[in-house]
Amino acid sequence: MTDTTSQSSLTEKLLQRAAPGRAEFEDLVIVPIFAVIVALIVGALVMLATAVDIETIGRSYLALLQGSLGSVNAISETLTSAIPLVLAGLGLALGFRAGLFNIGAEGQIVVGGIAAVIVGFSFPGLPWIIHLPLALLAGALAGGLYASIAGYLRAATGAHEVITTIMLNLSSYLLLSWMLGLEWMQRPGRSDPVSKSVLPSAELPRLLTDIDPNLRLHAGIFVMIAAVILVHWLLFKTKTGFEYRASGENPDAARYAGMHASAIIVFAMATAGALAGLAGANQVLGVLERATPGFSSGIGFDAISVALLGRSHPVGVLFAGLLFGALEAGGRQMQVDAGVSIDLISIIQALIIVFIAAPLLVRAIFPWGFKKPAGR
Amino acid sequence: MDVELRGITKRFGPVTANDNVNLTIRAGEVLGLLGENGAGKSTMMNILSGLYSPDEGEILIDGKKVDFEGPGDGIEAGIGMVHQHFMLVPVFTVAENVILGVEPTGKFDYLDLATARKQVRDINEKYGLQVDPDALIEDLPVGIQQRVEILKVLFRSAEVLILDEPTAVLTPQEVEDFFGIVKSLRDAGKAIVFITHKLHEILEISDRINVLRGGRITGEGDPKTMTEKELAEMMVGRPVSFDVEKGPFKPGETLLDVKDLVVLRENDDIAVDHVSFHVRSGEVVGIAGVQGNGQSALIEAITGLQQAVDGTVDFLGKDITHASVRERHRMGMAHVPEDRHKSGMISNFTIYENMVLNTYYEDRFSSGPAIKWPEVLKTSAQYAVDFDVRTPSVYLKAGNLSGGNQQKMVVARELERETKLVIASQPTRGLDVGSIEYIHSRLMHSRDEGDGVIIVSSELDEIMSLSDRVLVMYDGKIVAEFDATAGPLDKNAIGLAMAGVTA
Amino acid sequence: MTAASTTDLAPDAKIDTHKARQARIYGIVLIGLAILVAAVFGYGSEGNATFGLSRPRDPWVIPNLVIPAASFNYIAAAVLAFLGMRQFMRGGSRWSTVSIAVGFALATAAFLVWATAGKSFSLTGMLSATVVAAVPIALGGLAGVLSERVAVVNIAIEGMLLAGAFTGALMGSLLGGWGGLLSAVLVGGMFGFILAALVVTYRMDQIIAGVVITLFVTGVTSYVSSQVFSEYRFLNNAPVFRAWKIPFLGDIPVIGPVLFNQNLFVYGAFILVSVATYYLFYTRYGLRARSVGEHPRAADTLGINVYRTRYINVTLAGMVAGFGGAWFTLGSVGRFDENMTGGLGYIGLAAMIFGRWHPFGALMAALIFGFADSLQQKLAIVRTPIPSEFLAMAPYLATIVVVAGFVGRSRPPAADGKPYVKE
Repeated sequence: MTDTTSQSSLTEKLLQRAAPGRAEFEDLVIVPIFAVIVALIVGALVMLATAVDIETIGRSYLALLQGSLGSVNAISETLTSAIPLVLAGLGLALGFRAGLFNIGAEGQIVVGGIAAVIVGFSFPGLPWIIHLPLALLAGALAGGLYASIAGYLRAATGAHEVITTIMLNLSSYLLLSWMLGLEWMQRPGRSDPVSKSVLPSAELPRLLTDIDPNLRLHAGIFVMIAAVILVHWLLFKTKTGFEYRASGENPDAARYAGMHASAIIVFAMATAGALAGLAGANQVLGVLERATPGFSSGIGFDAISVALLGRSHPVGVLFAGLLFGALEAGGRQMQVDAGVSIDLISIIQALIIVFIAAPLLVRAIFPWGFKKPAGR
Repeated sequence: MDVELRGITKRFGPVTANDNVNLTIRAGEVLGLLGENGAGKSTMMNILSGLYSPDEGEILIDGKKVDFEGPGDGIEAGIGMVHQHFMLVPVFTVAENVILGVEPTGKFDYLDLATARKQVRDINEKYGLQVDPDALIEDLPVGIQQRVEILKVLFRSAEVLILDEPTAVLTPQEVEDFFGIVKSLRDAGKAIVFITHKLHEILEISDRINVLRGGRITGEGDPKTMTEKELAEMMVGRPVSFDVEKGPFKPGETLLDVKDLVVLRENDDIAVDHVSFHVRSGEVVGIAGVQGNGQSALIEAITGLQQAVDGTVDFLGKDITHASVRERHRMGMAHVPEDRHKSGMISNFTIYENMVLNTYYEDRFSSGPAIKWPEVLKTSAQYAVDFDVRTPSVYLKAGNLSGGNQQKMVVARELERETKLVIASQPTRGLDVGSIEYIHSRLMHSRDEGDGVIIVSSELDEIMSLSDRVLVMYDGKIVAEFDATAGPLDKNAIGLAMAGVTA
Repeated sequence: MTAASTTDLAPDAKIDTHKARQARIYGIVLIGLAILVAAVFGYGSEGNATFGLSRPRDPWVIPNLVIPAASFNYIAAAVLAFLGMRQFMRGGSRWSTVSIAVGFALATAAFLVWATAGKSFSLTGMLSATVVAAVPIALGGLAGVLSERVAVVNIAIEGMLLAGAFTGALMGSLLGGWGGLLSAVLVGGMFGFILAALVVTYRMDQIIAGVVITLFVTGVTSYVSSQVFSEYRFLNNAPVFRAWKIPFLGDIPVIGPVLFNQNLFVYGAFILVSVATYYLFYTRYGLRARSVGEHPRAADTLGINVYRTRYINVTLAGMVAGFGGAWFTLGSVGRFDENMTGGLGYIGLAAMIFGRWHPFGALMAALIFGFADSLQQKLAIVRTPIPSEFLAMAPYLATIVVVAGFVGRSRPPAADGKPYVKE
């Protein structure tokens, strides 16, 4: 038997955290930076290809910068756009970690928004301290339940959640337009599909109205920050998070370890859906104060990019969400200033993900940033 | 056709798998290549067949240098490899698998299966293989699947046949049949390379033996004059004892009682057919049998990974037939799974996360919904030291450990708890001799401390040296029971039982 | 050694096999349908349902099919109940599948009769619309089959369809119908090639790669559509391929107009499905492709170039999807609208699963989805009590039902979704 002093020093040694390797640094920092730069360059090329002249391209990117960071209004817009992206992105990241591709964030946002708006315009006379959290909760619950349909189908029948969630997305748009035509939901006196207004007691108040009443940044930002902290704690400090991650990495090993795979799938989808539903509630209660067709405006799909760019890590998702919020706010400015359609931003976003999800591709294009892997 | 390897060297990163290897293969001769797991045998053969290219050295066929650029080149040159893990498409027929890549065709690239079938039947007759060309691979028993691999190689007019651990999945009787086929191929003028780590087989079948250790050829010999002991020492580099240290046999009360258990496969076929047996404290029960006879399903039903459809399982006096995996775990059942990569560990998780993979919910590691990571870290460092898991840090990803250390990590996790019953499935598969010895000694330690131990293994030698009692499974039933404490075990009788022949 | 089967057990063994459970579930479903049909469709029907079988300009005129609604539905309910009972008493797997298929067909017919009671509509017209609606789904499904048979999951089909539609409109406006069609096929093939590159060479996760390509195509097509097409309308004004009637065959009552008086895309879909079946199952290249999808390492050891096989097949899949995408513009309206594919690419994937990864299976499945789609369109016109939005959801809900395996589980190619790394 080894004597106890050398034994304990051996265990001490084993407890030393290995220094983060070069490969990890490359993956987490260099690849995303390159991805964004290349995407912007290709975006410029696309503009060139559609007969936009160089001067306008320059103006567009300048507008992009100004619109996202160039003024208090710009920063307010960036943050306002970022909030639902981060929330939905957290939902997607949680799903990815559990091995689930929740492409259905869009549908969960819609359903969450519907629930939040209904609670929002009902119950007049309720104090805001009850009404607002209730509306938010309704949004989260609705999103969670909607997502758990796909989760249950996956757990019980093996139906791939990519297809089921996309189908649920498409159904949710139809559900929304039907509901907006219902008498008790539609705004009185209007024939177009608009819901009743959310009561002031359920609104997420604007924060910067003292500086300028037009600034749209609202209290949802606190919800967002709380969500980031909560998801981080959930994923890395709790038993449930451990189970999600194990199940995502190796479902067979998770089963062997006694984890209930089916329950994990359903709960992970439900949690992811709840976060997306919360994003929908945010839009309805903080920005729009009502529901209209298309209020989700593609946030669910952008959130996929946010989650991927953020490497499915809560802090990464926060930064990625801020970046995409900036792109969106800047994109709107770009459309106004330079006349370039905001769809260009979607192209840039798609390119960013391509490079994030295929580090090998980035290494192939930019060999000088990276250490050569050991030869075969 | 003669083949020579001269100065072959192959590196994978910092590891040198083959180091200046010189080897000669002659027609009409069986060359036995001996080496333990990780010695570099597979690498060398993959180079010969063209799957890998060597970093240094050359290959000569009949004296002329050749360059292989891909797996097709080896086959074209007449070198055919019969892999240890079969390279057969389960949903295709025998004929389709045999002709894949060299298919006979008609007009418009029409796949001529009729011709293929005839050609397969011709080869069958010539070498006595007897395989039905229209059978689906997934319906065939493992011994027959292996013949399909040989058919593939012969179809492509191979002159050199490389057999990589061919007897791993055969019963002793099937091994005899297989040796007959090998001898008839040799007598027909083919060159055979027989790769294995089983000492008595290599002595029986080879005309000449080379020993590979650490990537180098460390010994050559004439099987007629060598002994198993000499070979073992050349293979491992030090004297090897074949006996495992065991305490006296003092069985206690019954821990596990399985009665009339029935377990089904996915397609509703019966995997476990009314099996009954028991395990006592302080006793090692070995379950022998060729893989695929229901052993895995039996273990899954006992550990809770699969539900039995009939029968009962009693553990420590309680009926656990429908208990969850976690409940059985809590009661003291430990399971070292047969495929550590598939179920036993998560490669992308750190060592400390793996160490608590199935204990993270216990009070000592959790408080409320949260996990007490500092506790986890301390405990896993302790376990790693106790079980000789060689790693610079517990923060390392488990996938970066060597096979032996990964298995030791899994064993550490299972045995460091308060256990009553230890179930080890193929616990030393693919490991180097040092790790094998270590794991065997830990299993015996558990048994000496009063645990019941079940070992499932397709390595008959392992079962015979470790068990107090041996059960043989065939076709879902227990067909024989042998008591090791009553006298030495009759390997032949066990082998017959494994093949379904009962006295 | 083959394992013993459950039939070897003593007959009174109460073993609950998967098949027994499935038979029971089917039985419950059938009885549930019987109750639904009797209570809602039978009881709620009045009058006769009139189905027109001939169209005004057909050479042979066939009288309309007149069905007394209530009687038909009660009989249908009785048949359903019978099938359901049978499941409980003697549910074997072969009969189970046939029974449930017949059951759903009967229930759908009963629904149709109920919805049309007291009114009339053209059955032939609906069948013809079914075939048309099935085209993009079948081609999308075929693209999925070609891709997944080499074990590459292809979520990008939606994007490839959209790219084909867009290119068809743009190039069709500039070069005419055939030029637009060829360009669409080439552009689809290009995206197939890109998917292959991302997945095979750069080892990107297959689902993410598919999603990204679809996002990229959606972004580019929406961008150009709003940036350029709104200003330069002549770029979005492509000719449309009209229907070609096949002489003699096109005059056969009912079948004629449905199958032999359609446009190039319908005929093309049938031809491509046949060619793909021959390729996959009767040529050596198909054998090799399938081996790559089932056991790539085995194929590799036999000298088959796994990477190249995947590239070729996924590019072919892209070309098929490009052709399918061109249908939206060159085969239909001649003008590109943003996101005009509306999820049909994903429904194509469902058709592929439903059709068990076989080209003809995907075609049959696509016809069923097409039927659901044309059914809901007709019913919206006929003004049934159900709101149109829910009818529009029908294809989506049908897709969910299919992929959830309620209509039979099947096995994809074994290596589906996993990247192949050569050592």
